[in-house]
Amino acid sequence: MTAPASSIRPRIGAGFRLQWEPAQDCHVLLYPEGMVKLNGSAGEIMVRCDGERSIDAIVVELETAFNASGLAPEVLSFVEIAGKQRWLIWE
Amino acid sequence: MNDATTTTTPRPGPPLWLLAELTYRCPLHCVFCYNPIDFANQTDELSTDDWLRVLREGRELGAVQCGLSGGEPLLRDDLEVIVAEARRLGYYTNLLTSGVGLTAERARALKAAGLDHVQLSFQDSTREMNDFLSHTKTFELKNRVAQIIKDQGWPMVMNVVLHRLNIDHIDRIIAMAAEFGAEYLELANTQYYSWAFQNRDALLPTRAQLQHAEAVADVWRAKLGDRMRIFFVAPDYHEGKAKKCVNGWGSMFLTVTPDGTALPCHTAKMLPGLTFPNVREQSVREIWFDSESFNRYRGTGWMKEPCSSCEHREEDLGGCRCQAFLIAHDPTVADPVCVKSPHHALVVEAVERAEAGVAVATEHPLVFRDPKNSRRLSTQPS
Repeated sequence: MTAPASSIRPRIGAGFRLQWEPAQDCHVLLYPEGMVKLNGSAGEIMVRCDGERSIDAIVVELETAFNASGLAPEVLSFVEIAGKQRWLIWE
Repeated sequence: MNDATTTTTPRPGPPLWLLAELTYRCPLHCVFCYNPIDFANQTDELSTDDWLRVLREGRELGAVQCGLSGGEPLLRDDLEVIVAEARRLGYYTNLLTSGVGLTAERARALKAAGLDHVQLSFQDSTREMNDFLSHTKTFELKNRVAQIIKDQGWPMVMNVVLHRLNIDHIDRIIAMAAEFGAEYLELANTQYYSWAFQNRDALLPTRAQLQHAEAVADVWRAKLGDRMRIFFVAPDYHEGKAKKCVNGWGSMFLTVTPDGTALPCHTAKMLPGLTFPNVREQSVREIWFDSESFNRYRGTGWMKEPCSSCEHREEDLGGCRCQAFLIAHDPTVADPVCVKSPHHALVVEAVERAEAGVAVATEHPLVFRDPKNSRRLSTQPS
């Protein structure tokens, strides 16, 4: 898999479910018989991956929400990793 | 540090996994089944309302994965109600089934109820293996069920329990799973509890069989890449290493049996000296945190030598209590599969018997898991 373009609109992969778990105090990704606990930034990225927003749009949102800049490389690299794990898919 | 006073019983986290064994009824008679030998005497199944309450109580503690198992869970006609409530509560719902009884209509109803995933197993008694190898009844059933699962868009995990009698067919088994479009294939070597323990001599593979199977699985892994992930669960008898059974007693797993008995693992009920609580009488919270039986083997405080001073004690937590009981007749000793166990020779002996091939089926006919054998074996003095 090549690095994703920033125009893609990722969504949660088939068979995975993202939800907030109060008992874990974090977002988790559930899949057949397993669970991945997401750290804060991974959780913030994943909740925005709804198949509607592009990576560009997600970066803008995150930079606004967290009063930060230059987040694009981090978001892209997370999306690439998540794609390899099939947590995220896109056209 | 070898000081036993430094070992403690930690306050556990939540039970992440709730395994609901909905019924012991089953159309199949698998020789490696882990259901208790005396299952036929346990006919008093929890009601729908009981199950819904157990699901709620488990979820309140933080359980996220819900396994619906058995026996054959499709034999419960309230399965859709149970799935719907589990999903509504926020569980990831897993149906563990033989596929017998999964019609297209039932699958649609389960999908509508919110079922997340189906694990389709190959029960593979020898008779069925023959069916499968000759592409007859079983193959057609599994093929049809696999298609039904795919049609609903469920991720499909196929599970095949491996043993001496089927392990040499591994190439065909993997090819079939790939053909059916499984996302994951679990090739799980038999674990020797309950019915499998009764049939151990007939089911233990040789080292050569295991090596061959692993090599074939590796070839398929390279060929299929990410298309189908293949997990090969090695048999601990051959490894000389204890495993952290259910990730540690009372650390993540909670099994509720058809009659409501709560267990830290699905075979723990065989252990002597413990009275397991029942969800009809106690809340899941009390059971998980406060019951004597869930605390008994938590952490490392219960250990004796060689475990208590072992450098691996936190990694394997002494291995499996049921295996210690079955092989060494004492649930408080090191798991005999560990090379450091004083009882390890008993495991080596079983493996060597398998190597020599002395256990032929004519001497020890396979004992099938059925109600008749269950009643016969559970009335025998042990």
